Amino acid sequence: MAGFPILTAILLTLVAGIVLLALLPRSANQAVKLMTAAVMSIALGLTLYVYKAYDAGVGGLQFVEQVPWIKELGVSYSLGVDGISLPLLLLTMLVGYASIFASWDVHERPKEFFIHLLLLIVGAVGTFISQDLFIFLLFYELGIVPSYLLVLGWGSEKRVSKEYAGMKLTIYLLLGSAFMLAGVVLLYLYALPEGLRSFNMAALAQAAGNVTEPVQIIAFFFLLLGFGSTLSMWPFYSWAPDGYAAAPTGVSMIHAGVLKKVGAYGLIRLGLLVLPAGVAFWAPFIALFAVANIVYAAFVAIAQQDLKYVVAYSSISHIGYILLGVAALNLISLDGAIANMVAHGLMSALFFAMIGLVEVKTKTRHIPDLGGLAHQLPRIAAGLMLAGMSSLGLPGLIGFVPEFTIFLGAFRTYPVYTLLAISGIVFTALYILRLLANVLFGPRKAEFDQCRDASGVEMVPLVVLGSVLVLFGVFPQWLMGMVNSGMEPAWAQLMQHLPAASALLGGVFQ
Amino acid sequence: MFSQYALDHAWLIPLLPAAACMIIGVFLRRLPVLAATAAIGMSLLSFILAAGVAAGMFAQGITIEQPLVYKIPWLTLPGLAVDMGVYLDPLSVMMLVVVTLVALVVQLYSVGYMHGDEGFGRFFSYISLFAAAMLGLVIAVNFLQLFVFWELVGLCSYLLIGYYFHKISAREAAKKAFMTTRVGDFGLLIGILLLQFLFGTLDFQALPVQIPAYLVQHGSGLLTVVALLLFVGPIGKSGQFPLHVWLPDAMEGPTPVSALIHAATMVVAGVYLVARAFFLFSALPEAMAVIAWVGAFTACFAASIALTQRDIKRILAYSTISQLGYMMLALGVGSLTASMFHLLTHAFFKALLFLAAGAVLHGLPGKNDIFEMGGLRRKMPATFAAMVIGVLAISGIPPFAGFFSKDEILLAVFAVSKPLYAVAMVTAFMTTFYMARLLFVVFCGPEKSGQQAHEAPLSMKIPMAILGLLAIVGGYIPYTAGFGDWVRFGPAAHLAFDWKIAGSSTLLALAAIGLAWLIYGSGCNTAAVLARRSGLAYQLSYHKYYLDEAYLWLNHTLVDGFGKLLSWLELHVVEGILKGLAGLVGQLGNGLRKAQSGNLRVYGLVMFGAAMLMLLWLLFDPLLKGLLAGGGY
Repeated sequence: MAGFPILTAILLTLVAGIVLLALLPRSANQAVKLMTAAVMSIALGLTLYVYKAYDAGVGGLQFVEQVPWIKELGVSYSLGVDGISLPLLLLTMLVGYASIFASWDVHERPKEFFIHLLLLIVGAVGTFISQDLFIFLLFYELGIVPSYLLVLGWGSEKRVSKEYAGMKLTIYLLLGSAFMLAGVVLLYLYALPEGLRSFNMAALAQAAGNVTEPVQIIAFFFLLLGFGSTLSMWPFYSWAPDGYAAAPTGVSMIHAGVLKKVGAYGLIRLGLLVLPAGVAFWAPFIALFAVANIVYAAFVAIAQQDLKYVVAYSSISHIGYILLGVAALNLISLDGAIANMVAHGLMSALFFAMIGLVEVKTKTRHIPDLGGLAHQLPRIAAGLMLAGMSSLGLPGLIGFVPEFTIFLGAFRTYPVYTLLAISGIVFTALYILRLLANVLFGPRKAEFDQCRDASGVEMVPLVVLGSVLVLFGVFPQWLMGMVNSGMEPAWAQLMQHLPAASALLGGVFQ
Repeated sequence: MFSQYALDHAWLIPLLPAAACMIIGVFLRRLPVLAATAAIGMSLLSFILAAGVAAGMFAQGITIEQPLVYKIPWLTLPGLAVDMGVYLDPLSVMMLVVVTLVALVVQLYSVGYMHGDEGFGRFFSYISLFAAAMLGLVIAVNFLQLFVFWELVGLCSYLLIGYYFHKISAREAAKKAFMTTRVGDFGLLIGILLLQFLFGTLDFQALPVQIPAYLVQHGSGLLTVVALLLFVGPIGKSGQFPLHVWLPDAMEGPTPVSALIHAATMVVAGVYLVARAFFLFSALPEAMAVIAWVGAFTACFAASIALTQRDIKRILAYSTISQLGYMMLALGVGSLTASMFHLLTHAFFKALLFLAAGAVLHGLPGKNDIFEMGGLRRKMPATFAAMVIGVLAISGIPPFAGFFSKDEILLAVFAVSKPLYAVAMVTAFMTTFYMARLLFVVFCGPEKSGQQAHEAPLSMKIPMAILGLLAIVGGYIPYTAGFGDWVRFGPAAHLAFDWKIAGSSTLLALAAIGLAWLIYGSGCNTAAVLARRSGLAYQLSYHKYYLDEAYLWLNHTLVDGFGKLLSWLELHVVEGILKGLAGLVGQLGNGLRKAQSGNLRVYGLVMFGAAMLMLLWLLFDPLLKGLLAGGGY
């Protein structure tokens, strides 16, 4: 397989899927879904192959493809994966795959729906595998428009109208991307002299020492605003609850599971690894925001009565752990932050998938109206239990080890913030256990006796996401080892090229 | 040799019940007979292996100082290496035998007790999972492995307390158990993080080597804090004051669950943790004092509540809390041997008491208030016999099992602190009193009218007989076989048998039984009078010192209130600011307002176009360069 452009093949598979879907007649409801599922299966298969074939012992960028594109600007079509991006690529594919099956009940204009969904997935895949900033930005923007249209066309209305929710989501993300762009431009202009300029991420990381500290601080600030709003960092999270609540199930899954992680990924890849002085300046603020995310959102989640709002605020709360891992600025907490992106992506996708099923079966998401669903819907109940238990960080499921490593690393840098963050595990347990108790347990309610438990394709998200949650929970090294194989050399390079940064960042971890 | 095979394959001990759980969960949920067979078969195998391990331990002279350890790497990162493995020393081997034995007996009993229950298969899969998790905890080679299984044990407890999930009370009890122990785990997790932070390892073999040097270099201040944080975990798990509130409510689970999990095994996990980490605790006198006093207070406090409770299982639950306090007290005064000995005998007699209580509930469905029962000894002679043995054992009447372990604790406490000894004696008196009260009220006196009691089936009697036998000889045999030579910390302490202590505690127990007979057994009906006379004290005890109410208030008023406040702010203030900003922007540009009523596609197109324009902006490189010229290039 050497030399075979497998990453391009993954992209092309998805693009081909979009083209084929466009060619199908409007009325071909079933064919559209089968086609999408087939395309995603191939892409997932290829991704699994890459994950398996990646040599974690060697580490660094692998499966590299590079074709010059706009030479004057230093833009090239350059793809590649390392231990940082590969787990996120796998996450995208798993969540994407599950989201197709979670959207099986879309009967209104299915063709458009699945085209947009695939576009969303292509956008996320592209950001994770591109090694060129320009390409990264193109793919990044690609994700925004389809999500807006998906919310408007197929969404639902609860606390706010779906137009409002969609608009809010889009404006936030667009404003965010404008800031991000400004940061990227600064980076591009200051890192390398004219003539040598490049959008190549590795080249930029190498040249980061050229950027003076004030410029780094400003550029990082822009990136933080941009990626922070994608990532629903406090206080730029307000789009997320309404957006998730309004979005159809599959879109909520991809948004909470994957697109948010693009923000965190960008913050690490472009911010932290390229602008050490910038990150060192802003890290204390990020840590503070992280704690705000964790504690504030957890308390708001306690008071919510709509299932999707609980999970939306829970997701904002969990983002705090990732931010804390970034702010701690050491290798082990960064490993934890990246692994936690995967963990949180899978568990929130499972959560949204199960909530979608609950809503389809019972016609409501209002917690006080639900209850005792374990009687009639034991499989969905098992799925919700699994998602809930991973979310409260139960060992043996995927969430525990990443959180533990984040806490371990962060404790060195911010002991007080870390203690506050750990208190989040108690509040998380509070709202998760309450949700599970009020929705799943208690007396059997006669009005749900007609509901049929999940079966057939409805089980795919539960089986796929659930088994990965358990697998990575029991064998955390499969995930953590991969992440570390990417993070360790990147971190070492940062330290090597920027001796000044070591002092700023408080020394290399151990 | 089988014992060699068992030592080499000790890792199978937790894996066998785990396999049973999976097999039942996947294939046998609807097949009760096969499910029970699978669970019991695997439990039997794992008990045989555990017995083989014990034999191997004696044969090969595995001691506390020279454990047999197998481990494989589980997580390897720069700065954090964690193994999973098997740690065999007399302490863990004793636990392996106790857990597999009690699990086996309780599963046998459950066949009869749970007969005909809708979720029979589910019950056996949960209980197998529990056994697996508990055994994994016992053989942990480091703090993180212990924590992983500690939490899984908590999950099983949650599932089993909420087993009758159609009942609101069961659902709430399960939630409460998880939440309360989570508060404890918060401390434990921080403690573990700090240990990793200070020593760079969590390994039970590596830590004892490093700690003395650390103490010499840095003093004991920080380490005491770490130890106390670790101890918060056991406070939650082992029902110590003030996190004991979940344990009585946990009685909502089926009675065999109460016997196995909330009496004999899981709740002692906290005691086991302190014992396992005794290399740390015993080096820190302040931490030890805290453990001793928390234990003593819990023992006395819970016993005083048990005096007035009316629900048969709740009485036993408070008794468990009290006995766990006793074990903690023993650890706190530095006697690992006494604590573990009591853990062993308590596992037998408390499981027996619960199974007997289960037989009563099984024979009298729908009743659990002891004052609605009476004179059951005629209809349920076997259960009566079991209960008598259990009560005599817990009261410490020689030669029953409890006598030996309790005596060991009293000896150890007496040697260290007289005030603690007084508390222990008072507790012992109360313990015997409330247990005798239960026995007399339920089994003696006239039968209550309309009472349709029937004796338990054979499948429940046999397990009671096994545990009954163990509750009789389970103290004497280990005592004479040199329990303290194997299960110990440091050199074996041979405290001389003290006739004064043994005699006085026995006399005290007999006096308590006599007093209980006068009040509850003799038919003089002094109980009601006494309750009225003691007024406030009675109310405090009966209402468990209103601690549950206080927690409820805290949870509902403070936590929920804060949540509601924040989400109100979220809806009105944050959203209001955003809307205000949006309105401002809207007024600034009429065009935008037009767009807001426009069609969706145009909307999207404009967005996309704007984003693309921003990207194209980059093409005006010279312009930007001019704008940003200054620093750098």
